[in-house]
Amino acid sequence: MEFYITALILGLCLSSMALGIFISMKIFNIPDITTDGSYTLGAVITAVLLTAHWNAIAIIPVVLAAGALAGMLTGIIHTRLKIEALLAGILVMTGLYSINLTILGRSNVPLLEVQSVFSSVHFFAASVYNNLTLSLLFILSIAFIVGYVLRTDFGIAMRATGSSASMTRALGINNNKMKIIGLAIANSLTALSGYLVAQFQNFTDINMGIGIVITGLGSVLIGEALIKWWSITSIHWQLLTVIGGSILFQLVLAFTLSIGVDPNMLKLVTASFVLLIVIIPRLKKHD
Amino acid sequence: MIELQHISKVFNKGKVNEVAALKDVSLTLQKQDFLVVVGSNGSGKTTLLNIIAGAELSSSGKVIISGADVSRLAEYKRSKWIARVFQNPLSGTASDLSILDNFRLAAIRTTKKKLIIGINNSFRKRVQDKIATLGMGLENKLEQPMGTLSGGQRQALTLLMSVMDDTQILLLDEPTAALDPRSASVIMQTAHSLIQQYKLTAILITHNLKEGHQYGNRLIQMSEGKVLRDLNASEKKSLQMQEMYEWFN
Ligand SMILES: Nc1ncnc2c1ncn2[C@@H]1O[C@H](COP(=O)(O)OP(=O)(O)OP(=O)(O)O)[C@@H](O)[C@H]1O
Ligand SMILES: [Mg+2]
Repeated sequence: MEFYITALILGLCLSSMALGIFISMKIFNIPDITTDGSYTLGAVITAVLLTAHWNAIAIIPVVLAAGALAGMLTGIIHTRLKIEALLAGILVMTGLYSINLTILGRSNVPLLEVQSVFSSVHFFAASVYNNLTLSLLFILSIAFIVGYVLRTDFGIAMRATGSSASMTRALGINNNKMKIIGLAIANSLTALSGYLVAQFQNFTDINMGIGIVITGLGSVLIGEALIKWWSITSIHWQLLTVIGGSILFQLVLAFTLSIGVDPNMLKLVTASFVLLIVIIPRLKKHD
Repeated sequence: MIELQHISKVFNKGKVNEVAALKDVSLTLQKQDFLVVVGSNGSGKTTLLNIIAGAELSSSGKVIISGADVSRLAEYKRSKWIARVFQNPLSGTASDLSILDNFRLAAIRTTKKKLIIGINNSFRKRVQDKIATLGMGLENKLEQPMGTLSGGQRQALTLLMSVMDDTQILLLDEPTAALDPRSASVIMQTAHSLIQQYKLTAILITHNLKEGHQYGNRLIQMSEGKVLRDLNASEKKSLQMQEMYEWFN
């Protein structure tokens, strides 16, 4: 049981990234590979600052700003230098690896001795329920804020940019600027997942971000399938559904592990699972 | 209101596929003029409109709007004066957004898109009343995604969206080309009454000579990147349909 609750918490921690990918997909209709780097960046900054005895809450703005910077860089390379968004993301992600390694100083930093965001509050005696409550509250507030932004005039403009570029240009919207801001927001959210996961698993590893974009993508695909299925039009409910997608994704992975699949096979299982999510709706269309 | 001075546009300059889409076109439109543009495929009509809107920059010549030289101004900045309806009904609206969201964006076309929630009950009511004038029954479907509507419905809404914010110039590029005859006439009548009501300066590109004959107070025929014929209000009034058909033979 606790095994599944742990998966549930991990799903919550990763859902901030899923929300980020939900935004970048809405703007570009392509997966933003920067994710792998900005996720680790969030975790790396968290490790370094926690070890330097920063307060866990005070670290959040730094993590958000760093993620935003990474996203802006991808956005600028894509829009100003006219490089394919996919390639721009790969370039920034690759460069970030060295930066992350430099900041962290070594490839792995344990966070057992530090005061993390999870150990700073005590709702329950049992730490799992404590962690669960905290991550739930944390993610719900994030979803609320993101949902609010997306419903503002600015947010509508941002969503429209991905939907019809000819329309937004004619309506006085600077599409390039929107893409850069959108990617900045998306990667801040991703870095925030790095912040949460590092503290939840009590360590930061330089390789923890490898392939994480697939997890985010899978979560968003599950979320989008459910959004279509239930015809959800409310932005807040769409975001909650994406969070649900992230949790579901982790539960499925936990299940495969529990039936005895070799943990080394986890990435392969993840990739196959995402492939499955992509093709199932197509198979249904053809019959 | 709109002044084009010696506009030329060359695509793919210096390459084998070089095209001179516009050749030294000069044109002046007064406020509240309604110009109809006809001409065969590839004669440069859309290019002319794109250069006014800023979707394309001219190779040489000046574009002056309301006395300001906007020749080098980006399209999104020129939207301060200009609203557009595209030939493709999908281009003027965002499919993934609701009707209401689309109208909200149109209502803030000329202003900053701020971090405030602009859709409230009074805005909803304003949109509802506006859409009701179309008589298409869309006023009760404000939350529906634009993508679920037909081309004709979307084109009609795009037209209404163009006057949600302060507009001086309305550019219509074959707005009825993709529509059935009935929707086409609804669109043209709506456009005509909006142009009158909001005292707009308008340009309509059309291949439908009946529309071209019926609407507008000035008519030009484009041919191979040049203005071949230019009829003022009284010349246009006395023009016979038959004569127009003969231009194209
Ligand atoms: N982006 C572009 N790149 C290269 N050539 C172009 C481009 N846009 C237009 N052209 C060329 O410029 C010429 C004028 O095109 P334009 O679209 O203005 O014609 P049009 O009068 O609107 O025609 P239609 O009635 O078919 O819409 C054509 O020869 C076209 O091939
Ligand atoms: Mg054209």
